[in-house]
This record gives sequence, C-alpha cells and structure tokens, in this order.
Amino acid sequence: MKRSLLAAALVTIGGATWAETPTLTVYTYDSFVSDWGPGPSIEATFEESCECNLEFVGAGDGAALLARLKLEGARTNADVVLGLDTSLTESAKATGLFAPHNGIPDGLTLPIEWADDTFLPFDWGYFAFVYDKTKLSNAPDSFAELLEGDATIIIQDPRSSTPGLGLLLWMKEVYGEAAGEAWETLSPRIVTVTKGWSEAYGMFLEGEADMVLSYTTSPAYHRIAEEDDTKAAAIFGEGHYMQIEVAAKLAGTDQDALADAFLAFMASAAFQSVIPTTNWMYPAFETAGDLPEGFSETTVPEIALLIPPEDVEPIRTEALAEWLTALSK
Amino acid sequence: MANRAKQIDRFTQVSGLAALLFVALLALGPLVALGFKADTATGLTGADWAAVRFTILQAALSAILSVVLAIPVARALARRKFFGRGALVTLLGAPFILPVIVAVLGLLAIWGRSGLVSKLMMSVGADRISIYGLAGVLLAHVFFNLPLVTRLILQGWGRIPTEHFRLAAQLGMRPTDVFKQLEWPMLRSILPGAFLLVFLLCVTSFAVALALGGGPKATTIELAIYQALRFDFDLGKAALLGLVQFTICALVAFLSLRSVVQSNFGDGLATVVERWDVSAPLLKWQDGIVLTSVAVFLGAPLLAIVARGFPSLPNLPPSVLSAAVNSLTVALFSALLSVLLALTLAGLVDALRSNQNSLAKVVEGVGLLTLAVSPFVLGTGLFIIVRPVADPFALALPITALVNAAISLPFSLRAILPALTQNRKSYGRLGDSLGMAGWSRFRISVWPNIRRPLGFSTGLAAALSMGDLGIITLFAPPDVETLPLLMYRLMGAYRMDDAASVALILVVLTLFLFWVFDRGGRLGHKS
Amino acid sequence: MDINLENILIRQDDFSLRANLILQKGTTAIIGPSGGGKSTLLLAIAGFISLESGKILFGERNLTNAAPAERPVTLLFQENNLFPHLTVFQNTALGVRTNLKLSKAEAEFVEDALIKVGLGGKSKRLPSELSGGQRQRVALARALLRDRPVLMLDEPFAALGPALRHEMLDLVAQIQQAQNATVLLVTHNPDDAMRVAENTVVVSDGVATPPVPTEALLENPPVTLASYLGK
Repeated sequence: MKRSLLAAALVTIGGATWAETPTLTVYTYDSFVSDWGPGPSIEATFEESCECNLEFVGAGDGAALLARLKLEGARTNADVVLGLDTSLTESAKATGLFAPHNGIPDGLTLPIEWADDTFLPFDWGYFAFVYDKTKLSNAPDSFAELLEGDATIIIQDPRSSTPGLGLLLWMKEVYGEAAGEAWETLSPRIVTVTKGWSEAYGMFLEGEADMVLSYTTSPAYHRIAEEDDTKAAAIFGEGHYMQIEVAAKLAGTDQDALADAFLAFMASAAFQSVIPTTNWMYPAFETAGDLPEGFSETTVPEIALLIPPEDVEPIRTEALAEWLTALSK
Repeated sequence: MANRAKQIDRFTQVSGLAALLFVALLALGPLVALGFKADTATGLTGADWAAVRFTILQAALSAILSVVLAIPVARALARRKFFGRGALVTLLGAPFILPVIVAVLGLLAIWGRSGLVSKLMMSVGADRISIYGLAGVLLAHVFFNLPLVTRLILQGWGRIPTEHFRLAAQLGMRPTDVFKQLEWPMLRSILPGAFLLVFLLCVTSFAVALALGGGPKATTIELAIYQALRFDFDLGKAALLGLVQFTICALVAFLSLRSVVQSNFGDGLATVVERWDVSAPLLKWQDGIVLTSVAVFLGAPLLAIVARGFPSLPNLPPSVLSAAVNSLTVALFSALLSVLLALTLAGLVDALRSNQNSLAKVVEGVGLLTLAVSPFVLGTGLFIIVRPVADPFALALPITALVNAAISLPFSLRAILPALTQNRKSYGRLGDSLGMAGWSRFRISVWPNIRRPLGFSTGLAAALSMGDLGIITLFAPPDVETLPLLMYRLMGAYRMDDAASVALILVVLTLFLFWVFDRGGRLGHKS
Repeated sequence: MDINLENILIRQDDFSLRANLILQKGTTAIIGPSGGGKSTLLLAIAGFISLESGKILFGERNLTNAAPAERPVTLLFQENNLFPHLTVFQNTALGVRTNLKLSKAEAEFVEDALIKVGLGGKSKRLPSELSGGQRQRVALARALLRDRPVLMLDEPFAALGPALRHEMLDLVAQIQQAQNATVLLVTHNPDDAMRVAENTVVVSDGVATPPVPTEALLENPPVTLASYLGK
C-alpha cells in the first residue's frame, strides 16, 4: 500500500505507534519491493503468521544495498538484509554487521553445495546472453563462438552492477589467464556498457544490439507475462556463471526471534513458490508445486560456474584491470 | 557619477547571508563529511586521471558545440516572425527538464543503432549509425543544453536597441556588418556565461556518459565517484574525486565569470526584432532550414517518448497516482524553497552591487557552487550528516526539496538578478524618495518587475525536482515512491512498456508544472 | 528634393495617421501633442513603417515600397544613435563605409566632418565618455558625411539645455544651407520651430496638416494647436 510522502513524514515525526506489533525491517533491492515483485505477497503471507509488521526497505540494487549498509553502520535499522549475491558476501561479512544463521534448512535445491555460515540463499539463476530469436538466427552456443562471431552485445559495468561483475568473473573462470585477450576480441562487438541491468535490457529491447547480458530466466518473463515467445537465452558449452542471491540477519538486530523466523520462512515453500513468477529466478528451496509452465522450458546449462566467495576479491581486482585495459584500447 | 555607499538594510543583510551560508554549507559540507568518514587515504589511479581528462574533454566540447550551434538558432528566432514561433520557444524549455534516462531512450529511438535515422540509412543501402562513444555523449549534451543557450542568447537579441537596427538599415549595412557591429558585441557579453553554465552541467553529467559513452573509455569523474561509493565503498576516494571535480568547476567558473556581463533569463522572448537587413531570400531560407532542423532535432525524441509511452497508459498500476502526488509535493516544496533562496541571495548581491562592492561577484559565484558539486557526493554526504541526528526517512521531503532548490539556484539567480538590478536602477531612487520600505515596497515596486523571471525560475526548480532520482533513493521511506523511482523499479522488473508510460506521465506533469509557473509569471504582464 | 506624401494612410494597431502634403527644400518643423504620430510620420518616410495606402515620392521617384537603405534619407533618433563599442571616429565613419575599411582620403573626410561639428580632437573617444550633446553631434557629423538630400531629426535635442539646443539647431541650419537639403525636425518646443523652420507641419488627431509658415501658425494657432501651446 503506497502512502503519500507527507503522510509518511508526519507519521514518522509524530512517532506514531502501530507499534504494539513489533516491526521487522528487511533491507532489499528495489525490484523486490515493487508491486510486481515478490515483496507484497510475501509481506502479506508472513504477517499472517508472525503477529508483526514486516517492512521492506528498497535500497537500489544489490551493490547499492551493501553500500547503504556500510553507510549506516552498526546503527542501521535493518534486521535482515535480503538481496546480496555471492560476489558481495565476503565484503559484507568483513563489515562485521552480520550474525551467523541457525543452520541450513531442508529442501535446498541449489545445483551446488552450500557452505556459508552467515548467509542463506533464497534464489539463484544463471547469467546468460539473451537474444531475440526472430532477429538473430545463428546464436552462439559457446563463448568461443560468441568471440568469433559478429553478434553485437550490450553489457553492464562491473564496477556498478552485479550482472556486470558476474560477466567479468564468468569470463575469468572460462578463460583464466587469457581473459584479457578474450575481452579484447569481444570489445569491438560491445555496443555500450551501461550502469545497470535496467538500462541494458531496455536498450536491447529497443533493438540497439543483438544480445544483452541477462539471465537464463529472462525469456520466461516474456513467455509468461507477455505471452511472447521470441526471446531466448544462448546456452554456452563452457558453462554459465551463477548468481546466488542471499539473505542474512544483522548482528545488531533487536528482533532476533522474528529475524530467525523470517529466514526460516524464506526457505519455506510459501516464500519460494512466489519467487519464479515475481523475481524471475530459480527458487533455492523446494516449492509447493512444479515450476510454472513457461519457466521449466528455459534451457538449463550443463555446467554451473561459481568462484568461491573467499576468492572473489583478488580475482575481481585482477579481472577488472584486464577489463579496463582491454576496453580502453 | 559616484553613488554614496548605502548601508544595506538589516533584513537584506541577514537573509542574504543566511542563504549564502546555507548554499556554501550544502555544497561543501557533504564533501567534508565524506572526507571525515573515510578511513583510508587512497590516491587517484591512472584510470581516475583518465576519467578526469575525459570529463574535461566532453564538457568543454559539449559547451562549445551547444554555444556555437545556438547562435544561428537564436538569431533565426530573433528575426523571424512565423506561425508556431511561440510553440518553438516553449519547446526550447523542454529537453532541459526531462529526466535524463527518459531523454536518452528518446534519443536512442531516433539516433540509436535501430533508431529512425539508422533505419533511413539502411533503406538507402548505407550502414546503420552508432553514436556510442564521445559522439553520443556530445549529442545528448547538445540536446539538453542547446535550447538553454538559445534562450539565453535570444534574450540578448531582444536587448539590442531598435534604433541600432534602424540605423543599420538606413546605413545600408550588409549582414556581415550588422553581425560585426550589432550582434557580436551582444554575443560577446553573453557567450562566456552560457559556456560556463553548460560546462558545469556537463562535468557532473552521469547517466548520459554511462548509457551512451560506450565503455570505460568514456568514464567521467561522476561515474568514478559512483563506483567508489557503491562497490568499493571508498569514501576517501569519492571525497577526493569530488574535490577534483569541484576544483575544475571552480577554476572554469572563475575564468568565465570575469568576462561575464549580467545576462538575462526568461524575459523578452516574445519580442521579434524588426529588421530590414534580412529579407533576402537566401537568408530566409537559411533561417528556415535552421529552425526546422532544430524543431526536428528537439521534437523527434520527444515524440518518440510520447509514442513509446502512450499505448501502455491504460494498464498503469494505481500506485502511479500516489507516486505522482509525492512527486508533485516535493516539486512544490522545492519551488517554494527555491524562491526564498533565490530572492534572498539575489537581494544581497544586488545590494552589494549598488555599492559597487566587488563582493557581489563573490556572492554570485557562491550561488553557482551547487552546480559544481557531484550529486552523489551531495546525497551521500548529507546522509552521513543527517543520520546521527535524525531519521532520514522523516526528512525525505524537506531534504529533497532543499537540495533541488539549491541545485536550481544558479538558474534562478541568473533569471532574477538582472531584473532586480534593473528595477533598482529604474525605480530605486523613486522608492527611496517616497520613503517606501519593506513589504509594501517589495509588493508595489519590485514584485511586478520580477514576477516573470521569478515564475521562470520557480518553474525550473519544480521541474528539476520532479526528475530527481539521486537524493530520494537515499532518503525515501518504505512504501513511498516518486515517479522516477517507480519508473526505475518498473524497468528493473522487466516492465519496460509500463516504465515508458510512467516516463510519459512524468514528462507531461513536469512540463505542465513548468508551464504553470512560467506562465503565471507572465500573466498580466505586457512584454 | 521635395517629398510628396500623396494621400498616405498609416495604420498601426488602433492608431491611424493621414497626410497629403508636400515637403520642400529647407527646414520644416513637425509639432503636435505626444502620441499624435510625429515620430510615426518620420519612420514612414524613412521606410521603417509601411503604408496602408498612398504613395511617397522623393522628387519624381516613387519609393513607397523601397527599403530604408534605398531612400535618400538620414534619420537621427532621440537616442541610441551611436554604437557603444565604437569610437567617435568609427561611429562617424559608418556614414562613409559600413565595413569601416576607409581609404586615407575617406578618413580625412571623417576628421573634417568631426571638426565641422566641433568635435575636433575627440575621434578616439567612446560614446560613454561624451555628453548627450556631444553624442548628437557625432550623429550630425555622420549625417554630414552621408550628404543625403533629406535629413530627418526626431526630437534630437530634447534633453539639452537652452544654450546648447540653440547651438545644435544652428548647426542643423548650417548643414541645411551647405547641402541644400530638405530637413524635417520633430520637436515639442515651438521656439525651436521659430528658430530654424520656415514652415511647420502640425500632427494631431490622426492628421498631418500641410506645411504652413511657422510664424503665422504660431501667432494664430488653430484650436487644437492652441490648447497644446497653452494659448
């Protein structure tokens, strides 16, 4: 329910108390809390059973989320942070703001093992290049083909976007030492590098390039919500980098029990079933039924790639330098 | 004629100084806060210096292009009366107040790789065009700023005395002579200020460089600051970069302001100057081509935005309404605050000018400060300052309004100051001799002469804050959205068509708001 | 040269002015109440305002639709006759060549003209450094150089004190003599008319009357003129 700014200001100033019920504050990224995101229905379901007031706070995108937390420091109002991904978890842990979870709940459906003691996954996906089937006839089916071919692409800046960072790490995983060269080969085909996913995807839809870096699940959105079957994800033989989105409890929370309850709820079927058609990612735990129709048709990569969170930082620095050099030529 | 130095009255002194202090603090405070909160001392890397170089390059080129291209447009507008002239002049106000991402998408619809121009070129067998890179950045910057400079220069033309044109006609001056003796002296006084304005605007430009720059080669300082704040959370570096940016702006400002004579803003646009040297068919054609080109250049992307957003209008979610209300609330507060800030500061500057006090230029320079500061630094720094003392959510409204009022201050000053000075010169002594003072003096003597530029600058402040996306993201309470925020959320949720519709609503409301204030200032005023 | 205004009608918004008269060589004053159309008449003759109907003939030539530069006229305004960024010399030189590229001989003409109007040593000054009267002299120097058959002045000395005004009027009379020109002088001061104008035209109530001898007119003014004169 959207309120007016004025009302919000007055209420907060007046210290209005709907506060017989405790409030659980969850910081997350913007698209999670939008009307079409998972936020509203999750809020409704959780509030039914918790006797509390669940408040989502949208703080930009994944990277912005972490930056906001660092900005607020230990005095943050957040009780739970939901929406970071594995490339950010080490940096998040280093802040010392997070508390370990109470063990991984049952029903994990990640294609890999989960070893993190602080963060719990809630959804995941594969990065992939998405294209329009009606406009691009020979989509590459491997990174090698992408590099050799002439399809134009739009990507995001790894310094300001998690998909951008994902691509950077992906290339590094696939090409290792030769990543710099690979970027150089790819460079002429990069139409532009945008600040975030929205701009890139928007421009792709307008036809500015043949392919855009997005997720394997993007075509599912078009199929299910728009009944548009024209988009597809190019599946590469070398494998796809994963994005696993996570959540964790803040160490300084004053709603410890509620936070735990929320995390448990997050792994439950009630929460997970909402994810596919609102967040357009794969659920990390079992859902009530099968994945929706248009969803399970998405081709799934055979190989899943992921750099262990502890190793991300140094690799990122090196990969970033290579990227900058290659693209500045 | 020497004027006896007058004691500036109390009220002007106090209110002006308060406004001055406020602006200075707002501009520099966040930078300092950022610096203090930084825990590491980082230097600037090679990539950062590359960003500095690119920033200066694109800002300078954008400014030069905008200014040079605006001259023929302004001249054509000044000397031709034609059907639709008023509409074209209004159209000139539009690009500047568009939210950047909306305008960029509109531009791409025309100039992108699959835009109109590309399609045309491919249909005749040529290659599609790709503007990504420096060219794209310049294109977008010219799109935003050419209209602004045109309006500035147009005012200048209106101030050349009619007698001079008649003289020129009688003496049989050729167009080159007319340019040399009438137009160039006027241009010489206006162009440095216009150049400065565009330069400052382009230095802190962010979204344009990002979307159209094509890659890391086109990194600006603003982007580097953004990255330092987001991913690296390197406050020290952000502060340092912010300082570098600020220094560059201050330097250019200092150099340009020395050669600037006051220029007007928002006045005398309707007057078409009577000229007799320009009826040659060749010149008519020239002007016709110039004006048509400009109309198409500015209008096509706007039409593209409308076309894109119109179809999905019926499907919009109800939250659009509350988002619109929020946006309008902020805009109105911002407008109110900008009026107060501008009037008090302009009052001080004018009072100083009347005493020939060179401090006047300093104060005026301070009023320009807010343009030189990175919006990210501003937002983040403010957040740091506010958070320990108050709940940022509660202050979302006042802070967003305040910051936007401050950001539009340079324009407001440019609009109001000349009118205030003119008013003092024409009626100051009269008012003094009649013993008029205080509110009645303002109401009777000053107000009628400044309501037009005041209307313009209020409209501008309101319009700029409608498109704000920076401050509000840090301060907005949950459940509260403004239109730009809603648009971004829609885009992030794959709902591009809906986002385009919200963009359309945003544009329409923004233009409407601007028009209301601008018009309101002009009602009942014979030009 | 004679100026023949043949049944002309000038219309501007809700104001109209008719005239059917001939202006002959010599100095003719144009007087009448403010807003009556005196300046309008001059502007029409100079070509800055077009006629609704009628003809304007200069000598034998019908120049009703001619551009201002094509008419053999020099017009001095009340103010703003000079370009503020040009020196006195340059402002005057505009009367010879509008691109200011003068030959040596032409430059000397300019200096001569300046001496004739009494501004001998002031060629390098800027208009802002001159008094109002001096500025008008520069304009007169330029008029001298242009040497057109018709010289029109629109209340050019209104802001000057009596002595200075008389001096300037005498200068105008000298110019008229030397160049055998047709001079039209708009003034709100009947004494000016008496001083230099053989004939006077009265402009009021939307009509410009044919010229009549000044002395007779001012001694026995018609009713409307009388109320204007305060007689």
